Amino acid sequence: MRGLRRIALAGLVFLTGPAVAASPAPPGALSCGGCHPANPAGAIPSLAGRSAGEIVSQMQAFRDGGRQATVMDRIAKGFSDDETRAIADWLAARDAAPKP
Amino acid sequence: MMRRAPSPTGSPPVMPRPSRRAVLAGLAAGAAALAAPSVGAQTPGRVVVIGGGFGGATCARALAAAGLNVTLVEPSGTYVACPFSNAVIAGLREMSAQTFTYDGLKGAGITLAARAATAVDADARRVRLDDGTELPYDRLVMAPGVDMNFEALPGYDASAAGLMPHAWKAGEQTLLLRRQLETMKDGGTVIISAPPNPFRCPPGPYERASLIAHYLKTHKPRSKLLILDAKDAFSKQRLFTAAWAELYPGLVEWVGLSGGGRVIEVDPVTRTLVTEFDRHTADVANIIPPQRAGAIARQAGVADATGWCPIDPVTFESRLRPGIHVIGDAAIAGAMPKSAFAANGQAKVCAAAVVELLAGREPAPPKLVNTCYSLLAPGNAISIAGVYQPKNGLLADVEGAGGLSPQNASSEVRATEAAYAEAWFATVTGEAFA
Repeated sequence: MRGLRRIALAGLVFLTGPAVAASPAPPGALSCGGCHPANPAGAIPSLAGRSAGEIVSQMQAFRDGGRQATVMDRIAKGFSDDETRAIADWLAARDAAPKP
Repeated sequence: MMRRAPSPTGSPPVMPRPSRRAVLAGLAAGAAALAAPSVGAQTPGRVVVIGGGFGGATCARALAAAGLNVTLVEPSGTYVACPFSNAVIAGLREMSAQTFTYDGLKGAGITLAARAATAVDADARRVRLDDGTELPYDRLVMAPGVDMNFEALPGYDASAAGLMPHAWKAGEQTLLLRRQLETMKDGGTVIISAPPNPFRCPPGPYERASLIAHYLKTHKPRSKLLILDAKDAFSKQRLFTAAWAELYPGLVEWVGLSGGGRVIEVDPVTRTLVTEFDRHTADVANIIPPQRAGAIARQAGVADATGWCPIDPVTFESRLRPGIHVIGDAAIAGAMPKSAFAANGQAKVCAAAVVELLAGREPAPPKLVNTCYSLLAPGNAISIAGVYQPKNGLLADVEGAGGLSPQNASSEVRATEAAYAEAWFATVTGEAFA
Protein backbone atom coordinates (compact mmCIF):
# COMPACT_ATOMS: atom_id res chain seq x y z
CA MET A 1 0.00 0.00 0.00
CA ARG A 2 2.79 2.38 0.83
CA GLY A 3 4.18 1.85 -2.66
CA LEU A 4 0.85 2.60 -4.27
CA ARG A 5 0.40 5.71 -2.20
CA ARG A 6 3.78 6.94 -3.36
CA ILE A 7 2.75 6.34 -6.96
CA ALA A 8 -0.50 8.18 -6.38
CA LEU A 9 1.23 11.24 -4.93
CA ALA A 10 3.84 11.26 -7.64
CA GLY A 11 1.07 11.04 -10.20
CA LEU A 12 -0.83 13.94 -8.70
CA VAL A 13 2.20 16.19 -8.62
CA PHE A 14 3.16 15.24 -12.13
CA LEU A 15 -0.28 15.73 -13.58
CA THR A 16 -1.00 19.04 -11.94
CA GLY A 17 2.35 20.52 -12.97
CA PRO A 18 1.48 21.05 -16.64
CA ALA A 19 -1.88 22.53 -15.62
CA VAL A 20 -0.03 25.36 -13.87
CA ALA A 21 2.10 25.94 -16.96
CA ALA A 22 -1.01 25.91 -19.13
CA SER A 23 -2.68 28.79 -17.26
CA PRO A 24 -2.83 31.81 -19.57
CA ALA A 25 0.40 33.76 -19.78
CA PRO A 26 0.17 37.40 -18.63
CA PRO A 27 0.33 40.09 -21.34
CA GLY A 28 3.73 40.19 -23.01
CA ALA A 29 5.14 37.05 -21.39
CA LEU A 30 4.97 34.93 -24.53
CA SER A 31 7.25 37.35 -26.37
CA CYS A 32 10.31 36.72 -24.18
CA GLY A 33 10.92 33.30 -25.68
CA GLY A 34 11.17 34.79 -29.17
CA CYS A 35 14.76 35.80 -28.36
CA HIS A 36 15.69 34.27 -25.01
CA PRO A 37 16.39 30.56 -25.53
CA ALA A 38 14.98 27.90 -23.23
CA ASN A 39 18.53 26.64 -22.61
CA PRO A 40 21.73 28.70 -22.62
CA ALA A 41 22.98 29.14 -26.21
CA GLY A 42 24.38 32.01 -28.24
CA ALA A 43 24.70 35.67 -27.37
CA ILE A 44 21.25 36.19 -25.83
CA PRO A 45 20.99 34.84 -22.25
CA SER A 46 18.43 32.23 -21.24
CA LEU A 47 15.92 33.28 -18.59
CA ALA A 48 15.62 29.76 -17.21
CA GLY A 49 16.41 29.44 -13.54
CA ARG A 50 16.14 33.16 -12.79
CA SER A 51 14.03 34.26 -9.87
CA ALA A 52 11.07 36.59 -10.34
CA GLY A 53 12.88 39.16 -8.22
CA GLU A 54 15.91 39.15 -10.47
CA ILE A 55 13.82 39.53 -13.62
CA VAL A 56 11.87 42.44 -12.09
CA SER A 57 15.01 44.25 -10.96
CA GLN A 58 16.74 43.83 -14.32
CA MET A 59 13.68 45.05 -16.21
CA GLN A 60 13.57 48.08 -13.89
CA ALA A 61 17.26 48.75 -14.57
CA PHE A 62 16.70 48.50 -18.33
CA ARG A 63 13.81 50.92 -18.05
CA ASP A 64 15.53 53.59 -15.97
CA GLY A 65 18.90 53.31 -17.70
CA GLY A 66 20.63 51.70 -14.73
CA ARG A 67 21.71 48.87 -17.02
CA GLN A 68 23.11 49.50 -20.49
CA ALA A 69 21.40 47.61 -23.28
CA THR A 70 21.05 47.50 -27.04
CA VAL A 71 17.35 46.66 -27.26
CA MET A 72 15.96 45.64 -23.84
CA ASP A 73 15.92 49.30 -22.77
CA ARG A 74 13.49 50.01 -25.62
CA ILE A 75 11.35 46.97 -24.86
CA ALA A 76 11.26 47.30 -21.04
CA LYS A 77 9.73 50.78 -21.35
CA GLY A 78 6.61 49.15 -22.79
CA PHE A 79 5.69 47.40 -19.54
CA SER A 80 4.38 48.77 -16.23
CA ASP A 81 5.59 47.60 -12.82
CA ASP A 82 2.55 45.35 -12.43
CA GLU A 83 2.93 43.86 -15.91
CA THR A 84 6.63 43.24 -15.35
CA ARG A 85 5.95 41.53 -12.03
CA ALA A 86 3.30 39.28 -13.60
CA ILE A 87 5.65 38.30 -16.43
CA ALA A 88 8.49 37.61 -14.00
CA ASP A 89 6.27 35.48 -11.76
CA TRP A 90 5.03 33.50 -14.76
CA LEU A 91 8.53 32.92 -16.16
CA ALA A 92 9.88 31.82 -12.80
CA ALA A 93 6.90 29.47 -12.20
CA ARG A 94 7.15 28.02 -15.72
CA ASP A 95 10.80 27.19 -15.26
CA ALA A 96 10.10 25.66 -11.87
CA ALA A 97 7.32 23.41 -13.23
CA PRO A 98 8.32 19.80 -13.92
CA LYS A 99 8.94 19.02 -17.56
CA PRO A 100 6.85 16.23 -19.08
CA MET B 1 8.54 -0.05 -13.24
CA MET B 2 6.07 0.17 -10.35
CA ARG B 3 7.62 3.42 -9.15
CA ARG B 4 6.96 5.21 -12.42
CA ALA B 5 4.10 7.66 -12.41
CA PRO B 6 1.65 7.24 -15.24
CA SER B 7 2.26 9.63 -18.06
CA PRO B 8 -0.46 12.25 -18.41
CA THR B 9 -0.55 11.96 -22.16
CA GLY B 10 1.00 8.66 -23.13
CA SER B 11 -0.10 5.12 -22.28
CA PRO B 12 0.31 4.03 -18.68
CA PRO B 13 3.10 1.53 -18.07
CA VAL B 14 2.08 -2.06 -18.70
CA MET B 15 1.28 -3.68 -15.37
CA PRO B 16 1.68 -7.35 -14.59
CA ARG B 17 -1.58 -7.84 -12.68
CA PRO B 18 -5.07 -6.61 -13.60
CA SER B 19 -5.93 -5.47 -10.11
CA ARG B 20 -3.06 -3.03 -10.04
CA ARG B 21 -3.80 -1.82 -13.55
CA ALA B 22 -7.34 -1.05 -12.40
CA VAL B 23 -6.05 0.81 -9.38
CA LEU B 24 -3.62 2.83 -11.43
CA ALA B 25 -6.24 3.62 -14.05
CA GLY B 26 -8.45 4.93 -11.30
CA LEU B 27 -5.64 7.01 -9.89
CA ALA B 28 -4.81 8.41 -13.30
CA ALA B 29 -8.45 9.33 -13.90
CA GLY B 30 -8.70 10.99 -10.52
CA ALA B 31 -5.51 12.90 -11.09
CA ALA B 32 -6.73 13.97 -14.52
CA ALA B 33 -9.93 15.28 -12.94
CA LEU B 34 -7.91 17.23 -10.40
CA ALA B 35 -5.88 18.65 -13.24
CA ALA B 36 -9.06 20.06 -14.81
CA PRO B 37 -7.52 23.48 -15.59
CA SER B 38 -5.31 21.61 -18.04
CA VAL B 39 -7.21 22.23 -21.24
CA GLY B 40 -5.83 19.14 -22.89
CA ALA B 41 -7.60 16.92 -20.39
CA GLN B 42 -10.86 18.78 -20.79
CA THR B 43 -11.26 19.94 -24.39
CA PRO B 44 -9.98 17.79 -27.21
CA GLY B 45 -10.43 20.60 -29.76
CA ARG B 46 -9.51 20.04 -33.38
CA VAL B 47 -7.38 22.84 -34.77
CA VAL B 48 -6.13 23.00 -38.34
CA VAL B 49 -3.21 25.31 -39.12
CA ILE B 50 -2.58 26.31 -42.74
CA GLY B 51 1.00 27.32 -43.49
CA GLY B 52 4.26 26.07 -42.01
CA GLY B 53 6.28 29.27 -41.76
CA PHE B 54 7.33 31.10 -38.62
CA GLY B 55 3.71 31.85 -37.68
CA GLY B 56 2.07 28.56 -38.58
CA ALA B 57 4.75 26.20 -37.29
CA THR B 58 5.10 28.08 -34.00
CA CYS B 59 1.34 28.22 -33.53
CA ALA B 60 0.95 24.50 -34.27
CA ARG B 61 3.54 23.68 -31.63
CA ALA B 62 1.94 25.93 -29.01
CA LEU B 63 -1.49 24.42 -29.70
CA ALA B 64 -0.16 20.87 -29.50
CA ALA B 65 1.69 21.68 -26.27
CA ALA B 66 -1.65 22.77 -24.82
CA GLY B 67 -3.07 19.34 -25.58
CA LEU B 68 -5.13 20.18 -28.65
CA ASN B 69 -5.48 17.94 -31.70
CA VAL B 70 -3.47 19.82 -34.34
CA THR B 71 -3.08 19.24 -38.07
CA LEU B 72 -0.57 21.40 -39.93
CA VAL B 73 -1.26 21.80 -43.66
CA GLU B 74 1.98 22.50 -45.50
CA PRO B 75 2.83 21.10 -48.93
CA SER B 76 6.58 21.76 -48.80
CA GLY B 77 8.84 19.22 -47.18
CA THR B 78 11.24 21.92 -46.04
CA TYR B 79 11.01 25.53 -45.01
CA VAL B 80 13.49 28.13 -46.27
CA ALA B 81 13.68 31.08 -43.90
CA CYS B 82 13.76 34.65 -45.20
CA PRO B 83 15.61 36.34 -42.31
CA PHE B 84 19.33 36.29 -43.16
CA SER B 85 18.58 35.30 -46.78
CA ASN B 86 20.01 38.69 -47.83
CA ALA B 87 23.33 37.38 -46.54
CA VAL B 88 22.93 34.38 -48.84
CA ILE B 89 22.39 36.71 -51.79
CA ALA B 90 25.60 38.56 -50.88
CA GLY B 91 27.59 35.31 -50.63
CA LEU B 92 28.03 35.61 -46.87
CA ARG B 93 25.92 32.62 -45.86
CA GLU B 94 24.84 29.31 -47.33
CA MET B 95 21.29 28.16 -47.99
CA SER B 96 21.70 25.18 -45.67
CA ALA B 97 21.68 27.61 -42.73
CA GLN B 98 18.25 28.83 -43.90
CA THR B 99 16.63 25.45 -44.45
CA PHE B 100 14.51 23.56 -41.92
CA THR B 101 12.43 20.38 -41.95
CA TYR B 102 9.16 19.54 -40.25
CA ASP B 103 10.49 16.44 -38.50
CA GLY B 104 10.47 18.25 -35.15
CA LEU B 105 6.79 19.06 -35.52
CA LYS B 106 5.91 15.45 -36.20
CA GLY B 107 7.81 14.55 -33.03
CA ALA B 108 5.74 17.12 -31.12
CA GLY B 109 2.53 15.21 -31.85
CA ILE B 110 1.35 17.39 -34.73
CA THR B 111 -0.28 15.66 -37.69
CA LEU B 112 1.35 16.89 -40.87
CA ALA B 113 -0.79 17.09 -44.00
CA ALA B 114 1.83 17.53 -46.71
CA ARG B 115 -0.69 18.94 -49.15
CA ALA B 116 -1.82 22.31 -50.39
CA ALA B 117 -5.07 23.68 -48.99
CA THR B 118 -7.28 24.53 -51.95
CA ALA B 119 -10.47 25.72 -50.26
CA VAL B 120 -11.87 26.65 -46.88
CA ASP B 121 -15.57 26.32 -46.11
CA ALA B 122 -15.96 28.69 -43.18
CA ASP B 123 -19.61 27.79 -42.62
CA ALA B 124 -19.06 24.02 -42.56
CA ARG B 125 -15.69 24.51 -40.83
CA ARG B 126 -13.76 22.34 -43.24
CA VAL B 127 -10.50 22.66 -45.14
CA ARG B 128 -10.19 20.92 -48.51
CA LEU B 129 -6.78 19.70 -49.64
CA ASP B 130 -5.54 19.23 -53.21
CA ASP B 131 -6.02 15.45 -52.99
CA GLY B 132 -9.70 15.93 -52.07
CA THR B 133 -9.27 15.24 -48.38
CA GLU B 134 -11.46 17.33 -46.11
CA LEU B 135 -10.26 18.32 -42.67
CA PRO B 136 -12.96 19.37 -40.19
CA TYR B 137 -11.95 21.88 -37.54
CA ASP B 138 -13.26 23.61 -34.45
CA ARG B 139 -10.84 26.48 -35.02
CA LEU B 140 -8.71 27.23 -38.08
CA VAL B 141 -5.47 29.21 -37.95
CA MET B 142 -4.30 30.61 -41.27
CA ALA B 143 -0.68 31.65 -41.66
CA PRO B 144 -0.45 31.79 -45.45
CA GLY B 145 2.24 34.47 -45.67
CA VAL B 146 2.41 36.67 -48.74
CA ASP B 147 2.02 36.18 -52.45
CA MET B 148 3.86 38.38 -54.88
CA ASN B 149 1.14 40.33 -56.65
CA PHE B 150 1.91 39.55 -60.28
CA GLU B 151 -1.01 41.71 -61.42
CA ALA B 152 0.20 44.95 -59.85
CA LEU B 153 3.25 45.90 -61.91
CA PRO B 154 2.92 45.82 -65.73
CA GLY B 155 5.49 43.45 -67.21
CA TYR B 156 6.20 41.67 -63.94
CA ASP B 157 4.59 38.24 -63.80
CA ALA B 158 5.75 34.84 -62.57
CA SER B 159 7.86 34.21 -65.66
CA ALA B 160 9.46 37.65 -65.41
CA ALA B 161 10.64 36.66 -61.94
CA GLY B 162 12.88 34.12 -63.66
CA LEU B 163 14.78 36.98 -65.29
CA MET B 164 14.36 39.74 -62.71
CA PRO B 165 14.13 37.85 -59.43
CA HIS B 166 12.12 39.19 -56.51
CA ALA B 167 13.95 36.93 -54.05
CA TRP B 168 11.24 37.91 -51.55
CA LYS B 169 10.44 34.29 -50.76
CA ALA B 170 13.64 32.54 -49.82
CA GLY B 171 14.66 29.59 -51.97
CA GLU B 172 15.46 29.32 -55.66
CA GLN B 173 14.80 33.03 -56.14
CA THR B 174 17.45 33.84 -53.53
CA LEU B 175 20.02 31.69 -55.32
CA LEU B 176 19.07 33.12 -58.72
CA LEU B 177 19.76 36.67 -57.57
CA ARG B 178 23.05 35.54 -56.02
CA ARG B 179 24.14 33.88 -59.27
CA GLN B 180 23.23 36.95 -61.28
CA LEU B 181 25.40 39.11 -59.02
CA GLU B 182 28.25 36.60 -59.25
CA THR B 183 28.18 36.57 -63.07
CA MET B 184 27.73 40.34 -63.46
CA LYS B 185 30.70 42.25 -64.81
CA ASP B 186 32.62 44.68 -62.63
CA GLY B 187 31.25 48.11 -63.42
CA GLY B 188 27.67 46.84 -63.79
CA THR B 189 24.53 48.42 -62.43
CA VAL B 190 22.31 46.64 -59.93
CA ILE B 191 18.82 48.03 -59.46
CA ILE B 192 16.46 47.19 -56.61
CA SER B 193 12.82 48.17 -57.02
CA ALA B 194 11.27 48.60 -53.55
CA PRO B 195 7.47 48.28 -53.17
CA PRO B 196 4.88 50.54 -51.57
CA ASN B 197 3.62 49.74 -48.06
CA PRO B 198 2.56 47.34 -46.73
CA PHE B 199 4.88 44.48 -47.56
CA ARG B 200 6.82 41.67 -45.90
CA CYS B 201 9.88 42.79 -43.91
CA PRO B 202 9.84 46.63 -44.11
CA PRO B 203 13.62 47.09 -43.61
CA GLY B 204 14.42 44.12 -45.89
CA PRO B 205 15.05 45.95 -49.19
CA TYR B 206 17.50 48.28 -47.46
CA GLU B 207 19.35 45.51 -45.64
CA ARG B 208 19.58 43.81 -49.03
CA ALA B 209 20.96 47.00 -50.56
CA SER B 210 23.56 47.20 -47.79
CA LEU B 211 24.75 43.62 -48.23
CA ILE B 212 24.74 43.77 -52.04
CA ALA B 213 26.77 46.98 -51.70
CA HIS B 214 29.17 45.07 -49.47
CA TYR B 215 29.46 42.37 -52.11
CA LEU B 216 30.07 44.89 -54.89
CA LYS B 217 32.59 46.89 -52.87
CA THR B 218 34.47 43.69 -52.09
CA HIS B 219 34.30 41.94 -55.47
CA LYS B 220 33.19 44.42 -58.15
CA PRO B 221 34.13 47.86 -56.86
CA ARG B 222 33.40 49.78 -60.09
CA SER B 223 29.75 48.76 -59.93
CA LYS B 224 26.77 50.82 -58.78
CA LEU B 225 23.59 50.06 -56.85
CA LEU B 226 20.43 52.05 -57.49
CA ILE B 227 17.31 51.71 -55.32
CA LEU B 228 14.12 52.87 -57.01
CA ASP B 229 11.50 53.24 -54.30
CA ALA B 230 7.71 53.62 -54.42
CA LYS B 231 7.90 55.39 -51.04
CA ASP B 232 9.38 58.61 -49.70
CA ALA B 233 10.21 57.12 -46.31
CA PHE B 234 11.29 53.68 -45.19
CA SER B 235 12.16 51.71 -42.07
CA LYS B 236 15.39 52.70 -40.26
CA GLN B 237 15.94 55.28 -43.02
CA ARG B 238 18.38 57.58 -41.20
CA LEU B 239 20.45 54.64 -40.00
CA PHE B 240 20.64 53.05 -43.44
CA THR B 241 21.37 56.34 -45.20
CA ALA B 242 24.20 57.13 -42.79
CA ALA B 243 25.63 53.62 -43.16
CA TRP B 244 25.61 53.80 -46.96
CA ALA B 245 27.47 57.13 -46.87
CA GLU B 246 30.00 55.78 -44.40
CA LEU B 247 30.51 52.21 -45.65
CA TYR B 248 29.71 52.43 -49.35
CA PRO B 249 30.38 56.02 -50.45
CA GLY B 250 29.46 56.70 -54.06
CA LEU B 251 28.16 53.17 -54.54
CA VAL B 252 24.54 53.33 -53.34
CA GLU B 253 21.94 55.74 -54.68
CA TRP B 254 18.36 55.86 -53.41
CA VAL B 255 15.55 57.57 -55.32
CA GLY B 256 12.24 57.96 -53.50
CA LEU B 257 8.70 58.44 -54.76
CA SER B 258 8.84 62.23 -55.01
CA GLY B 259 12.13 61.98 -56.88
CA GLY B 260 10.48 59.77 -59.48
CA GLY B 261 11.56 56.46 -57.94
CA ARG B 262 8.33 54.52 -58.37
CA VAL B 263 8.69 51.79 -60.98
CA ILE B 264 5.52 51.64 -63.10
CA GLU B 265 6.51 49.05 -65.69
CA VAL B 266 9.32 46.59 -66.37
CA ASP B 267 10.64 44.75 -69.43
CA PRO B 268 12.31 41.58 -68.18
CA VAL B 269 13.97 40.74 -71.52
CA THR B 270 15.94 43.98 -71.70
CA ARG B 271 16.03 44.36 -67.89
CA THR B 272 14.49 47.79 -68.20
CA LEU B 273 12.70 49.54 -65.34
CA VAL B 274 10.36 52.36 -66.31
CA THR B 275 9.60 55.14 -63.82
CA GLU B 276 7.34 58.16 -64.32
CA PHE B 277 10.20 60.26 -65.68
CA ASP B 278 12.88 57.85 -66.77
CA ARG B 279 13.98 54.45 -68.04
CA HIS B 280 16.77 52.51 -66.33
CA THR B 281 18.59 49.50 -67.72
CA ALA B 282 20.09 47.15 -65.18
CA ASP B 283 22.72 44.43 -65.38
CA VAL B 284 20.97 42.82 -62.43
CA ALA B 285 17.40 43.82 -61.56
CA ASN B 286 15.79 42.81 -58.27
CA ILE B 287 12.08 43.62 -58.49
CA ILE B 288 10.34 43.45 -55.11
CA PRO B 289 6.75 43.78 -56.27
CA PRO B 290 3.62 44.74 -54.35
CA GLN B 291 2.32 41.87 -52.23
CA ARG B 292 -0.89 40.54 -50.75
CA ALA B 293 -2.04 37.76 -48.43
CA GLY B 294 -1.47 34.21 -49.68
CA ALA B 295 -4.07 32.98 -52.16
CA ILE B 296 -5.84 30.64 -49.72
CA ALA B 297 -6.67 33.62 -47.48
CA ARG B 298 -8.39 35.33 -50.38
CA GLN B 299 -10.21 32.08 -51.28
CA ALA B 300 -11.36 31.62 -47.70
CA GLY B 301 -12.84 35.11 -47.64
CA VAL B 302 -10.65 36.41 -44.83
CA ALA B 303 -8.87 39.01 -47.01
CA ASP B 304 -10.56 42.35 -47.65
CA ALA B 305 -10.32 44.68 -50.66
CA THR B 306 -6.76 45.64 -49.69
CA GLY B 307 -5.66 42.04 -50.18
CA TRP B 308 -4.83 41.65 -46.47
CA CYS B 309 -6.73 40.13 -43.56
CA PRO B 310 -8.44 42.23 -40.87
CA ILE B 311 -8.30 40.58 -37.44
CA ASP B 312 -9.37 41.09 -33.85
CA PRO B 313 -6.22 42.27 -32.03
CA VAL B 314 -6.96 40.16 -28.93
CA THR B 315 -7.65 36.78 -30.55
CA PHE B 316 -6.40 37.24 -34.14
CA GLU B 317 -9.80 35.95 -35.22
CA SER B 318 -10.84 37.15 -38.66
CA ARG B 319 -13.18 40.13 -38.78
CA LEU B 320 -14.75 38.53 -41.85
CA ARG B 321 -15.08 34.80 -41.06
CA PRO B 322 -15.75 33.55 -37.50
CA GLY B 323 -13.76 30.54 -36.38
CA ILE B 324 -10.76 31.45 -38.56
CA HIS B 325 -7.71 33.16 -37.09
CA VAL B 326 -5.08 34.86 -39.25
CA ILE B 327 -1.52 35.46 -38.08
CA GLY B 328 1.76 36.60 -39.55
CA ASP B 329 2.40 38.56 -42.72
CA ALA B 330 -1.12 38.05 -44.11
CA ALA B 331 -2.82 39.78 -41.15
CA ILE B 332 -3.54 43.48 -40.78
CA ALA B 333 -1.79 43.82 -37.44
CA GLY B 334 -1.90 47.61 -37.14
CA ALA B 335 1.45 48.97 -36.00
CA MET B 336 3.11 45.55 -35.98
CA PRO B 337 5.31 44.98 -39.03
CA LYS B 338 5.21 41.90 -41.23
CA SER B 339 8.21 40.17 -39.69
CA ALA B 340 9.20 36.70 -38.53
CA PHE B 341 9.53 38.04 -34.99
CA ALA B 342 5.98 39.41 -35.12
CA ALA B 343 4.66 36.14 -36.59
CA ASN B 344 6.28 34.17 -33.77
CA GLY B 345 4.71 36.34 -31.08
CA GLN B 346 1.33 36.42 -32.79
CA ALA B 347 1.43 32.64 -33.13
CA LYS B 348 1.82 32.12 -29.40
CA VAL B 349 -0.78 34.74 -28.48
CA CYS B 350 -3.21 33.30 -31.02
CA ALA B 351 -2.65 29.76 -29.75
CA ALA B 352 -3.35 30.88 -26.18
CA ALA B 353 -6.52 32.63 -27.37
CA VAL B 354 -7.67 29.52 -29.24
CA VAL B 355 -7.14 27.44 -26.08
CA GLU B 356 -9.21 29.89 -24.06
CA LEU B 357 -11.99 30.12 -26.66
CA LEU B 358 -12.27 26.34 -26.96
CA ALA B 359 -12.53 26.14 -23.17
CA GLY B 360 -15.37 28.69 -23.23
CA ARG B 361 -13.33 31.46 -21.64
CA GLU B 362 -12.62 34.98 -22.89
CA PRO B 363 -8.96 35.66 -23.76
CA ALA B 364 -7.36 38.62 -21.99
CA PRO B 365 -5.90 41.46 -24.09
CA PRO B 366 -2.28 40.63 -24.98
CA LYS B 367 0.86 42.65 -25.32
CA LEU B 368 3.23 41.88 -28.17
CA VAL B 369 6.81 42.75 -28.99
CA ASN B 370 8.76 43.05 -32.20
CA THR B 371 12.48 43.39 -32.82
CA CYS B 372 13.91 43.43 -36.34
CA TYR B 373 17.63 43.36 -36.93
CA SER B 374 19.22 44.48 -40.20
CA LEU B 375 22.79 43.85 -41.26
CA LEU B 376 24.67 46.84 -42.67
CA ALA B 377 27.76 44.70 -43.28
CA PRO B 378 29.09 41.49 -41.75
CA GLY B 379 29.23 41.89 -37.95
CA ASN B 380 27.48 45.24 -38.15
CA ALA B 381 23.76 45.47 -37.42
CA ILE B 382 21.00 47.86 -36.37
CA SER B 383 17.56 47.17 -34.96
CA ILE B 384 14.07 48.53 -34.60
CA ALA B 385 11.85 47.44 -31.72
CA GLY B 386 8.26 47.98 -30.67
CA VAL B 387 5.76 46.98 -28.01
CA TYR B 388 2.10 46.69 -29.00
CA GLN B 389 -1.33 46.37 -27.42
CA PRO B 390 -4.91 46.40 -28.68
CA LYS B 391 -6.34 49.90 -29.03
CA ASN B 392 -9.42 50.98 -30.98
CA GLY B 393 -9.63 47.56 -32.59
CA LEU B 394 -6.04 47.47 -33.86
CA LEU B 395 -2.63 46.62 -32.45
CA ALA B 396 -1.11 49.99 -31.58
CA ASP B 397 2.33 51.07 -30.41
CA VAL B 398 2.75 51.36 -26.64
CA GLU B 399 3.84 54.97 -26.33
CA GLY B 400 7.28 55.61 -24.97
CA ALA B 401 8.59 52.16 -25.85
CA GLY B 402 10.46 50.82 -28.84
CA GLY B 403 12.41 52.74 -31.46
CA LEU B 404 15.67 52.50 -33.33
CA SER B 405 19.27 51.74 -32.48
CA PRO B 406 21.20 54.93 -31.66
CA GLN B 407 22.34 56.90 -34.70
CA ASN B 408 25.97 57.11 -33.60
CA ALA B 409 26.46 53.78 -31.84
CA SER B 410 29.98 52.39 -31.53
CA SER B 411 31.19 49.55 -33.72
CA GLU B 412 31.08 47.38 -30.57
CA VAL B 413 27.36 48.03 -30.16
CA ARG B 414 26.77 47.33 -33.86
CA ALA B 415 28.73 44.07 -33.52
CA THR B 416 26.70 43.11 -30.43
CA GLU B 417 23.49 43.70 -32.35
CA ALA B 418 24.79 41.48 -35.17
CA ALA B 419 25.50 38.72 -32.63
CA TYR B 420 22.01 39.19 -31.14
CA ALA B 421 20.53 38.90 -34.62
CA GLU B 422 22.19 35.51 -35.05
CA ALA B 423 21.09 34.41 -31.58
CA TRP B 424 17.51 35.53 -32.24
CA PHE B 425 17.47 33.53 -35.48
CA ALA B 426 18.65 30.41 -33.66
CA THR B 427 15.97 30.81 -30.98
CA VAL B 428 13.07 31.64 -33.27
CA THR B 429 13.81 28.87 -35.75
CA GLY B 430 14.23 26.51 -32.80
CA GLU B 431 10.80 27.46 -31.44
CA ALA B 432 9.27 26.81 -34.82
CA PHE B 433 11.16 23.83 -36.21
CA ALA B 434 13.54 22.16 -33.71
